[in-house]
Amino acid sequence: MSERVNEKKKSPKPEAVLPSLGPLGMLRWAWTQLTSMRTALFLLLLLAVAAVPGSLFPQRPANPAIVTQYIKDHPDYGKILDSLQLYDVYSSAWFSAIYILLFVSLIGCVIPRAIAHYKAMRSQPPRTPARLSRLPEYGTLVIPADDGIPASAAISDAAELLKKRGYRVDVRDRDGARPSLGAERGFLREVGNLVFHTALIGVLVSVAAGGLFGYSGQRILVEGDTFVNTLVGYDQFTPGTNFQSSQLQPYSVQLDKFDITFDRESKGKFGQPIDFTAAVTTKENPDAPAKKEVLKVNDPLSLGGTSVYLTGNGYAPVVTVRDGAGNIAMQGPVVAKLQGENYYSSVVIKVPDAKPEQLAFAGFFLPTAFVTDKGVSFSGDPELINPQLTLNSYFGDLGLNAGSPQNVFELDVKKLTPLNARNLDTKGIVLAPGSSYTLPNGKGSISFDGVKRYIGVDIHHNPGQLYALIFALLAVAGLVTSLYVNRRRVWVRTGTHADGRTLVEYGLLARGEDHRLAGEAAAIRKLLSEEWLLGEETTTGSQPAPSTTADNDRADTAANGAGGTHATPEQPAEDFIQSTAGSSESKKDQ
Amino acid sequence: MLFSINETMGQYSELFMLLAAGTYTVAFIAFAWDLAKSSKMLRAVDLKAAELAAQTTTAEAARVPVGVGSGTAGGDVDRSDADVSGPVGRAERPTSAVSGRGTAAGAGQTADGSMRYAGERRAPARVAVALTVLGAAIHAAGVITRALGAGRVPWGNMYEFLTTGAFVAVAVFLLVLIRRDLRFLGTFVIGLAIIMLVAASIAFWTPVGHLVPALQSYWLIIHVSIAVMSSALFTLTFAMSALQLVQSHRQKTIAAGGADKLGFMRLVPNALSLENLSYRINAIAFVGWTFTLMFGAIWAEKAWGRFWGWDTKEVWTFVIWVVYAGYLHARATRGWTGTRAAWLSIVGYLCVVFNFTIVNQFFNGLHSYSGL
Repeated sequence: MSERVNEKKKSPKPEAVLPSLGPLGMLRWAWTQLTSMRTALFLLLLLAVAAVPGSLFPQRPANPAIVTQYIKDHPDYGKILDSLQLYDVYSSAWFSAIYILLFVSLIGCVIPRAIAHYKAMRSQPPRTPARLSRLPEYGTLVIPADDGIPASAAISDAAELLKKRGYRVDVRDRDGARPSLGAERGFLREVGNLVFHTALIGVLVSVAAGGLFGYSGQRILVEGDTFVNTLVGYDQFTPGTNFQSSQLQPYSVQLDKFDITFDRESKGKFGQPIDFTAAVTTKENPDAPAKKEVLKVNDPLSLGGTSVYLTGNGYAPVVTVRDGAGNIAMQGPVVAKLQGENYYSSVVIKVPDAKPEQLAFAGFFLPTAFVTDKGVSFSGDPELINPQLTLNSYFGDLGLNAGSPQNVFELDVKKLTPLNARNLDTKGIVLAPGSSYTLPNGKGSISFDGVKRYIGVDIHHNPGQLYALIFALLAVAGLVTSLYVNRRRVWVRTGTHADGRTLVEYGLLARGEDHRLAGEAAAIRKLLSEEWLLGEETTTGSQPAPSTTADNDRADTAANGAGGTHATPEQPAEDFIQSTAGSSESKKDQ
Repeated sequence: MLFSINETMGQYSELFMLLAAGTYTVAFIAFAWDLAKSSKMLRAVDLKAAELAAQTTTAEAARVPVGVGSGTAGGDVDRSDADVSGPVGRAERPTSAVSGRGTAAGAGQTADGSMRYAGERRAPARVAVALTVLGAAIHAAGVITRALGAGRVPWGNMYEFLTTGAFVAVAVFLLVLIRRDLRFLGTFVIGLAIIMLVAASIAFWTPVGHLVPALQSYWLIIHVSIAVMSSALFTLTFAMSALQLVQSHRQKTIAAGGADKLGFMRLVPNALSLENLSYRINAIAFVGWTFTLMFGAIWAEKAWGRFWGWDTKEVWTFVIWVVYAGYLHARATRGWTGTRAAWLSIVGYLCVVFNFTIVNQFFNGLHSYSGL
């Protein structure tokens, strides 16, 4: 009984001639297939499978450099994966095909269902079945003759009670011998279902809109620096497809001070940063008054329709480089790129203005320098306890005059001549704050003036995200409604027995999953009993076991536990009213 | 706002965790004992019933050959009675047979198909539940002292996810036990809790510490707690779906006249009841997972500037959501209910486990800091 057999329709007899479909028929067939639940389910599962490779392979949108490296590291299949768009899974043709098909299928499913539901909501509850005893929930009540409640009054009472309980009620044949009513509630279930699916489309559209009209960018700010929201203000900028530079509102953010708190308490995570606080001064536009604000992780700034996020930080040693002529060729903070533990960072200084020859430095910055016995230096602490710059120096043509862009964090030393290096007699340059070093051969000098901190900020503008949130909330509301509102139908039929008693029978049917149908039947029974002041003896045993039917649409074949005066569907009180009231008018409703 | 760390509290917490694991181990043994004892008792009842059946049948019609023994008893009984005393009836739990069909096999009964408690007392199971409650109380003390020691919510790293997650799984199990007799899941849930506690103590042990700034947000409390609770519910439905597959296979075998090799499965409700209850729990957990996904996106927007970026953890959270959405749809699709839906529920849970273990440790992504 518990097996829901997957009935395969027998294929038509071989001699039967199949009607030809024709092009329109084919289209209709394809549409029916696409919008079928089975296809939707298949596409849904396919979407889950298709999303997985994106977590297995590096993705370009997340980090293009890693993808390039990955292809280099795997010469055998790296390129093949690329041609299969496995580095751009979520914008790939196949991934897009799956979700677009899924959403087309979804629309094709939602629209007809919405129309059908609209009609259902405007129509009367279905007519009363001839045999209520065949419904998954069924029960009978008897009103004694001396209570003076005729069949018509009983049906009116029942209608009133059900209306109060939120049912839409339709009374049939009120003054006949066998009055009955049909009632239905829970239309919100399907509404919730439709809202959920429609809202998912809304989320998708919002995300797409964000990609069209949004933009994002990065900028590094050393303490004292100011960022102005213009295209040149960004270190890196990613516009949306429909971006226009006029969208940028020229607000400004100045980094006044950046503080980090390091963990000095726990043994396991000693020296781990536990708080980042950036004190900034902002202006909504060049003429607006300056405003002091605090930027933290998880607490972005909101400015000019964008949000500014604190995403990185590090040290920026301040250096002064003089060229061979003794003139200052470069002065200021140099952003050191994080390389390892405790802010062990790499430093590249390019001095194209040095004369007669251009100078360059590459090396490391250590906030708390330590050197092992083997001569390997490392940083022992993230804070500036013993800051140190260790540099190699070079001279020659930096290749910057040609105008081709270079990575400021990398130095190509192939065309340069080394001046200082560990393997040369001149050795490397080691500087503490306040100290300076004169380069060999009169090429100039470098001095380490101090250390500042810098922060990396991400600036994002996504006009779609508010709508995505609204649609997501709608989707959740729809989901909860569709799962927890139950659509139920109740029918009640009354009749008067020859001896004057009024007999009441009722049946309940759920559409879709409803494990609380039995509880509803018991509640209605209780309400009716209280209304007619029926004694305990007619209401005892009205606590049936909960419905075990999975789907009450199919419930007529499934068994249902019930006890006491509650007749079970297997052993119905054989046409209760017919046998007692002896009326034949019940045929009318058939 | 940072609270200072209290190492002593942390040490107390670890002691509590060990004690809880020990108590759970005893509870596990008790649950296993209950399964063994009950199935033995049921077999004895079967034998008795079979003897009775054999006697009556021989008395009524001596020419009908009747095999004596639990495996073949009543095998030749008229088909119309088959669901009462025949093979199909045997595939069900005795109580469901009692309430639904009126068989006499009353002894050793557990809950019926609706998984309500039946009158019969099962001493080992009661001991097991009592021990589980005790273990959970100690476990709760461990989780609370951990929170006090670290001065924050106790779910900031793998050690804490495992210890707190195990607690939530046990707590959810105990809460469901108030309403439904799911004691047949005891060995599974408690076994899993023990594995999680042991793994936490051995492989992922981390002393109490502060959170990195990226995790310092009230969204950590909301997002992670809902994720852990949904996962606990998914754990229950995984076990029920797995049992459903076994039970459905067993019911089919027995209905076809095969031998009942899995006697202890008589303690487990029939496949349809399992499917229905796991659907209801999965529906709650799915709503929870939807919130996990949404709140995660809102937090991601606050922390990283985008609400969705296909980070590995996001990908797997999405995959899990889609698989369970598939499960819910499967329940409404002809030919996909029953066994297929159960497989989807199992696949979904495997994704949850994968997301928690493999993705956290071996996949690089923005969520990596939440790992060790």
